Amino acid sequence: MTHVNPLRDPQDRRLPRIAGPCGMVLFGVTGDLSRKKIMPAIYDLANRGLLPPGFSLVGFARRDWADQDFAQIVHDAVKEHARTPFREEVWNQLSEGFRFVSGDFDDDAAFDHLRRTVEELDELRGTGGNMAFYLAIPPAFFGTVVGQLEEHGLAHPGPDQWRRVVVEKPFGHDLESARELNRILDGVFPSGSVFRIDHYLGKETVQNILAMRFANNMFEPIWNANYVDHVQITMAEDIGIGGRAGYYDGIGAARDVIQNHLLQLMALVAMEEPIAFDARSLRIEKQKVLKSATLPARLDLTTARGQYTAGWAGGEKVQGFLDEEGIKKTSTTETFAAITVNVETRRWAGVPFYLRTGKRLGRRVTEVAIVFKRAPHLPFAETATEDLNQNALVIRVQPDEGMTMRFGAKVPGTAMEIRDVNMDFAYGGSFTEASAEAYERLILDVLLGDPPLFPRHEEVELSWQILDPVIEFWAKKGKPEPYDSGTWGPESADKMLARDGRTWRRP
Amino acid sequence: MIELTDTNSSKIAAEFIRSRTRAGSPAMGMVMTLVIVAPEEDAPEAMAAAKRASREHPSRVLGVILGDARGAAQVHAQVGSGDGWGGEIAVIRLKGEVVKHAESVVLPLLLPDSPVAIWWPTSAPADPAADPLGALAQRRITDSAAVPRGKSTAMLNQCRTYAPGNTDLSWTRLTPWRALLAAALDQHPLKVTRAKVTAERISPSADLLVAWLSDRLKVEVARGNSDGPGITEVSMETKEGPIRISRADGRLATFSSPHRPDRPVALKRREVPALLAEELRRLDEDDVYAEVAARLVKLRSTK
Repeated sequence: MTHVNPLRDPQDRRLPRIAGPCGMVLFGVTGDLSRKKIMPAIYDLANRGLLPPGFSLVGFARRDWADQDFAQIVHDAVKEHARTPFREEVWNQLSEGFRFVSGDFDDDAAFDHLRRTVEELDELRGTGGNMAFYLAIPPAFFGTVVGQLEEHGLAHPGPDQWRRVVVEKPFGHDLESARELNRILDGVFPSGSVFRIDHYLGKETVQNILAMRFANNMFEPIWNANYVDHVQITMAEDIGIGGRAGYYDGIGAARDVIQNHLLQLMALVAMEEPIAFDARSLRIEKQKVLKSATLPARLDLTTARGQYTAGWAGGEKVQGFLDEEGIKKTSTTETFAAITVNVETRRWAGVPFYLRTGKRLGRRVTEVAIVFKRAPHLPFAETATEDLNQNALVIRVQPDEGMTMRFGAKVPGTAMEIRDVNMDFAYGGSFTEASAEAYERLILDVLLGDPPLFPRHEEVELSWQILDPVIEFWAKKGKPEPYDSGTWGPESADKMLARDGRTWRRP
Repeated sequence: MIELTDTNSSKIAAEFIRSRTRAGSPAMGMVMTLVIVAPEEDAPEAMAAAKRASREHPSRVLGVILGDARGAAQVHAQVGSGDGWGGEIAVIRLKGEVVKHAESVVLPLLLPDSPVAIWWPTSAPADPAADPLGALAQRRITDSAAVPRGKSTAMLNQCRTYAPGNTDLSWTRLTPWRALLAAALDQHPLKVTRAKVTAERISPSADLLVAWLSDRLKVEVARGNSDGPGITEVSMETKEGPIRISRADGRLATFSSPHRPDRPVALKRREVPALLAEELRRLDEDDVYAEVAARLVKLRSTK
């Protein structure tokens, strides 16, 4: 019989979920991801009282640092980027558990030191042998690190313990490399212990898609090909590639964003109702969508790609992609990508999903727009409905999280004149004051071992299966089309929708 | 804020609409009405707390200030929105006979088809659910630790008159303690043989914690006195040794448990706005509080 904690009660919903005794080993301490996202999120979790007493963080990097130097790095990162106010007592609690191990990824002595550090933390801080290994490093090193973890006995937990590994995108650069990556990880960690972070899935608004669709009765009846004309999923950034040339060149917008974020968003919007809100049921439904997704036959007519050129964006003079430091003048990497996906199910037959993403676009925005068919019959004079567009339901993922509904309303006056109006639900402005950053939620879920929000390798591979033909097609077709910085992408993107008699929303 | 003197509910409601139009009809997405009942001297602080809580829960906040009940009825109001409020507010001052009929002013101002919460920041009616204003609300929030005198009696009294939807900020204050204690038993799945709560001499929260622990653990829970602030130590005896959380400064606690090194844990006393925000997060009945209230009444009656 398992022990039942008398202080826990399912009715007691005030009590937060606190992770059990554990620690985390962070590889890639000096990277942007660690300093801007992971470290602040860990502090914020501690500040909210959600980390166990004795939580320990071990940094691993090729620096000649002592524990205090590492603590200083975390301190600066937290001060600058944490969401919640800095409190000395929280910091003291947390910083006692900081350790640093110096070494290369192929350095046996360093990993030996790491193992001793982990054991010592069990002893001193009571982490109970539970460790998460966060690989905030380029995927090329995954194999080495994971191999080292196994070789030095760090990958395999004792009885009643867990060891988990956390990886970030990119999950490969095509189907084959993704399989290779999964093979490396799965060779050492069982697939339930591999957590792939897609930070979009940790966002409240993305989770709200499920709440909106499956907790309400008013949307589901129209959520199908009978009423929906098409769906547009947009993730636009106003910034360029910044200092990420090394990562971005050769990867491009489609691999960077469409493969993971946009296809995951599409799956959540298009999927059938899961039988329960648990990891397995959600995954089954998402996989069904990804499996039934197909590309149109003519990729030249249904996709678009572009590269931003020098110009003015938001009142600032910016340079073109080919002028960015570290980018070759001949680079054919796309910074804008748009594709058409058909979901071959009864629900979505004939409803195209348009996915687009790009850098240096008009503004930073991510949204899902469900655009409805026009009313089958309008009993009004044609002039009355001239200003009336198709109804739309827009899920604004970021920024200004929320939902917008667009429908027609009569313009006050003696004549019958119908015009579009918007109804707004502002999720962001009001509720998120206390709601967590995506990384907080996801790191806590890793420590709790709660996987619903993490894509599994099957989903990753299915996504590559969808995207690979597009990328191969583009590779054969010369250069991407240039577009002006600060606009909504190349002309071919507009033409691609115009062929279907549609236009992109200006998000 | 627009001042309305000698006014009534429909004029206040009209002013709400005007002020929203003036602000460019922003999307408000208000989720509830929060009624705050306070005497004049406590009102500014209570409204400030509600302002901070309103950022998490955009709501229509109605501050009802009950004045002297003698003389002719007068209703004065200040109405506004924006300015750091996540919704709309009206501070309504009542004088004269209408003080006894405050619900007639409040009822027309409730947002349609959405929950109502009421909060008495200091003294509360002996039976909040039977109070005419309290009866309008699904959630009735009292704060026994904030009454000027007789805090323990006030707490016991609130437990006696418990009705579904009632809650007390003394209970809310306990959430971090309870979370930590529950996590402690997650880590150490041991049978607790006895327990002890040490706190300042008068502490409604400590009384509730004793009741909760004895209700859940089914053991005797002793109560010790200290100089505070608030609760200073909770210990649970097990056959492998004590599990103890002690907090002398109201900020940083030490967590000790069998076979484990002592560890510091941040356990800061929370301010009223944070408590209020937690309280407004769920508006259904708090079953656990109901059990604890019943237990506290039982513990007291057997003494």
